[in-house]
Amino acid sequence: MITGFILRALEGKIIVAVGILLAVALIVPALNLLTPPDSALHIPTYVMALMGKYLCYALLALALDLVWGYCGILSLGHGAFFALGGYAMGMYLMRQIGSRGVYGNPDLPDFMVFLNWKELPWFWYGFDMFPFAMAMVLVVPGLLAFVFGWFAFRSRVNGVYLSIITQAMTYALMLAFFRNDMGFGGNNGLTDFKDILGFQVQAGGTRAVLFALSAIMLALCLIVASAITRSKFGKVLVGVRDAESRVRFLGFRVENIKLFTFVVSAMFAGIAGALFVPQVGIINPGEFAPANSIEVVVWTAVGGRGTLIGPIIGAILVNAGKSFFTGAFPEFWLFALGGLFIAVTLFLPKGIVGTIQHGWNAHKARQAAAETEKGRDAATPPMTQQAQAAE
Amino acid sequence: MNTISETRSKSLLYLEDVSVSFDGFKAINSLSLVVEPGELRAIIGPNGAGKTTMMDIITGKTRPDTGKVIFEDVIDLTKKDEADIAQLGIGRKFQKPTVFESHTVWDNLELALNRSRGVFATLFYTLTAEDKARIEEIIVTIRLTQRKNELAANLSHGQKQWLEIGMLLAQEPKLLLVDEPVAGMTDAETAETAVLLREIAKSRSVVVVEHDMGFIRDLGVKVTCLAEGSVLAEGSIDFVSNDPKVIENYLGR
Repeated sequence: MITGFILRALEGKIIVAVGILLAVALIVPALNLLTPPDSALHIPTYVMALMGKYLCYALLALALDLVWGYCGILSLGHGAFFALGGYAMGMYLMRQIGSRGVYGNPDLPDFMVFLNWKELPWFWYGFDMFPFAMAMVLVVPGLLAFVFGWFAFRSRVNGVYLSIITQAMTYALMLAFFRNDMGFGGNNGLTDFKDILGFQVQAGGTRAVLFALSAIMLALCLIVASAITRSKFGKVLVGVRDAESRVRFLGFRVENIKLFTFVVSAMFAGIAGALFVPQVGIINPGEFAPANSIEVVVWTAVGGRGTLIGPIIGAILVNAGKSFFTGAFPEFWLFALGGLFIAVTLFLPKGIVGTIQHGWNAHKARQAAAETEKGRDAATPPMTQQAQAAE
Repeated sequence: MNTISETRSKSLLYLEDVSVSFDGFKAINSLSLVVEPGELRAIIGPNGAGKTTMMDIITGKTRPDTGKVIFEDVIDLTKKDEADIAQLGIGRKFQKPTVFESHTVWDNLELALNRSRGVFATLFYTLTAEDKARIEEIIVTIRLTQRKNELAANLSHGQKQWLEIGMLLAQEPKLLLVDEPVAGMTDAETAETAVLLREIAKSRSVVVVEHDMGFIRDLGVKVTCLAEGSVLAEGSIDFVSNDPKVIENYLGR
């Protein structure tokens, strides 16, 4: 049953994408670690860190594609799930600092000492254990998505109203996390990480492993997303997107379908955030900013929603563009981003991958039509010959 | 005269004294209607007579303010939602053909097939030989054999209507509610649809809402005329169309 489910995921495009990701997971760290810095093939550490960041964003865009591209839920708050996953990882990393902080307190992170707190708040318990923290990377975003979705989908909040409340959700979380007494480091967030599972976060080897893990997790999530969308459930999902009431009157519980997808998507976003934080070295409430979530929508739209591969390409391209632009013409980046979104909406409504796929399908259909045409021509003479022979 | 409980016990669908109003407007006004097992029933009436609202009430989209809606003698439909009611065996075809345009004809039917509809059941679903045979059978019934692998978006209007009827068949309902199945169809398609519906009604009850009197004559079944939210007349097409109230309210206009 499970193997069938996973095997179904492995369609041509997905195999290629997974292959590329796994190759990247091997080659980039190898070129970083094994080649001398003056070699033409050498990938500097800062480039690898940048690429690792893009991969995390790609996973976030993939998560959004699952709910937006396939289920029609335009979430403008996916940055919140990403940030929560990031905070769960950040809390683990904070606890690993131990007594090496500025204040040297073995039990409390620096910011708590600074705030004059005497003991660890209850919600920090357990975060010194890696498995617990990793579970929380999935559980916290998943739980928020579950509770949020439970109410929203049950009361049939749809379309732009849902988008607005997701946006409000991430904004509310941002304001909450900015407060010092929330216990998550206020506007400074969590930073100054030392090590992860005993390895130095800043060390070259650790960075290489984190990069490889980002690529591998992206590949894994891509397989899961593909398995979901290619199952009967995935077809129902597209049905919900295109004709929700039809699905309901066929006897499906639309709210459960949406809820499941939303929770899975939030967990993907959480994983992306957790991989992002050790590579970037900081998590702060800025990650909850509504604009971040909207940027994810732009990446997904540029790449092509409802294609799984598209959002990955979109996230990488747009962020590479952002790195270039903010370096070369810092003041123009936001104009470029806005212009890009308008251009894609007007000229490439299906996004890059969607447009290519559409063109390819049309080409194949034409070919098939020509084929049958030819087949008919080829088939006709022998038949008349046969008829003549029979006479 | 039959007592109410006797009528109820042989009925498939039983509506008694149902009323619903929207912002003070009485869309349905103490409507009573009985559909028997295996019956094919036509419902006519002017615009705003409450035909679609009646279907909304039966399928759980709208809750009535008062009255009883009983399915199979015991099940109170006013307590259930759309998904429950669909699973009980009431299928509904919308006025505007509503199919999954980005899926193929085959996938549309596969989704509609009466199988477990839970999240995990659908995630791990694999097409069995039995399900495959059933889908093939429906495709033949709805005359779409040639186009089974095409996207539903590429079908003609009439073919979409048939596909939607096919999806309802796949649902294996005991009662089928069909809202204006021949609207926008050519004459040939209309005649074909009448044949199709009669075929379907052999094994289940069907309620058809329609404006096309010729089509209803083709069906040759018991007719209920609604006006202003309640039943105006009921009987054969000739009886109903000669009723002075029906002529005044509907046909004469």
